Amino acid sequence: MLELVSQMFSYGFLNRALLVGTLVALCAALLGVSLVLKRYSMIGDGLSHVGFGALSVAMAMQLAPLAVAAPVVVLAAFLLLRISENSRIKGDAAIALIASSSLAIGVIVTSLTSGMNTDVYGYLFGSILAMGAGDVAASVVLSAAVLVLFVLFYNKIFAITFDEAFAQATGVNARGYNLLIALLTAVTIVVGMRIMGAMLISSLIIFPALTAMRVCRSFKGVVITSALVSVVCFFCGMVASFAFSTPAGASIVVANLSAFLLFALVGALRGKLPG
Amino acid sequence: MALISCKGVSLRYENRLAVEDASFEIEAGDYVCIVGENGSGKSTLLKGLLGLKSPDAGSISYGDGLEQRMIGYLPQQTVVQKDFPASVYEVVLSGCLNRRGMRPFYSPAERQIAGRNIERLSIGGLRKKSYRDLSGGQQQRVLLARALCATEKLLLLDEPVTGLDPVVTAELYALIRQLNREGVTVVMVSHDIVCAVHNAGKILHMGTGVLFYGRAEDYPDSEVGRRFLGGDHHA
Ligand SMILES: Nc1ncnc2c1ncn2[C@@H]1O[C@H](COP(=O)(O)OP(=O)(O)OP(=O)(O)O)[C@@H](O)[C@H]1O
Ligand SMILES: [Mg+2]
Repeated sequence: MLELVSQMFSYGFLNRALLVGTLVALCAALLGVSLVLKRYSMIGDGLSHVGFGALSVAMAMQLAPLAVAAPVVVLAAFLLLRISENSRIKGDAAIALIASSSLAIGVIVTSLTSGMNTDVYGYLFGSILAMGAGDVAASVVLSAAVLVLFVLFYNKIFAITFDEAFAQATGVNARGYNLLIALLTAVTIVVGMRIMGAMLISSLIIFPALTAMRVCRSFKGVVITSALVSVVCFFCGMVASFAFSTPAGASIVVANLSAFLLFALVGALRGKLPG
Repeated sequence: MALISCKGVSLRYENRLAVEDASFEIEAGDYVCIVGENGSGKSTLLKGLLGLKSPDAGSISYGDGLEQRMIGYLPQQTVVQKDFPASVYEVVLSGCLNRRGMRPFYSPAERQIAGRNIERLSIGGLRKKSYRDLSGGQQQRVLLARALCATEKLLLLDEPVTGLDPVVTAELYALIRQLNREGVTVVMVSHDIVCAVHNAGKILHMGTGVLFYGRAEDYPDSEVGRRFLGGDHHA
């Protein structure tokens, strides 16, 4: 096991993937707590599909993938947030529409130009080879920003997540913070999508929060646990992917699923036991 | 100077008028009960008083050193909150948010305020428990403690007893009356009209406009009061 891990660290591209992935996993988990509790998890899913569409179009037009995808996904985040704010049920349907439309456009554009090659497969299901030095720099800056903002605004994020009307009544700019969270989510998705793939990145946002909520009783507990769970699952998924030559993104999702089942079991057992 | 004075306030959603030309004053120490049929604009009026909705006509002004963000608010519960993983202490402490301004973390003084209000509503035993594991009545107490952290002056309550059993309802009313005696001004939306007449000092009857505003004793004899209270108040 140890040998395996040290072997992993000897590959430069794997090091980069591990670093970027760990940071993305951390950010996704923190943002995920707020998104899941606000019933906004669909936004993460919608954004990743939009990201895929943007990446495919960028590739077809031979533009830099990140430079195109980032602004498009950020714009989509604002749009989706607006839709969800106005009415929840209709918002759900609208997000599904936008998501599948972007996916369809992406697929058509690629089939008309390059065809379904390994690059497209990488966008859909992730590739640890995708990380260049630029991605590393971008993800370090991004994660630092997410972490600092999250810690500084932790109490406000709690208040807004728990009860937006009350937070607003006490002078918090709830809309502003919602936009901030949507923005950070968009950037996290764009960076994380390269490793996890457009189809799987949203699980990185949703799973850790849900897992932590099985056992934790306080908000702080949920936040810390989901961050830990996310990073640990990411690492286990990467090791498993290396050991069994399975795709990285899918292995990480399965690691998250295992953690979720384990925590659900613990939660259920604890509910049964007195005290 | 009144604590809150509304002059010709109108509030609308897109093209529908929810509150029309409401004028009234709330004095410090009042206990005002807002009554009226469903959709008569009660919740909307509260949102106006809180500054969540700005008036489309007229003005709402605060006196007596009251600031808008220093109002305690007990909203109607949303679905999200019911299964929210947060400890009672975290929820109550979040009521101190308005005291903080731009400072990122709570000070010991604010933690003390939260602790004091937890004791005040006798939920000390629940402090570490999760909000989602509480009964409806306990949850309302927690939210009331949170509202008290935000204010010493004015509490706005939107149907605080909905879904509570008669015993807990009576307890909550007693608690609110107690807070009012301690000097907190209370404005409460309630459908429990008989109880409102007994508890409150003043009644504000909404029907898009203000149909009645005055002392609770006078309400049963007023025309709208007679109609709204129905046959059971002929004494
Ligand atoms: N978010 C909204 N968008 C559009 N119209 C709204 C909105 N909220 C309320 N209304 C409308 O405004 C009017 C007043 O609503 P309000 O919620 O203030 O009534 P209420 O007196 O609190 O009713 P209830 O006793 O049922 O709580 C209603 O006709 C309602 O349909
Ligand atoms: Mg209402």
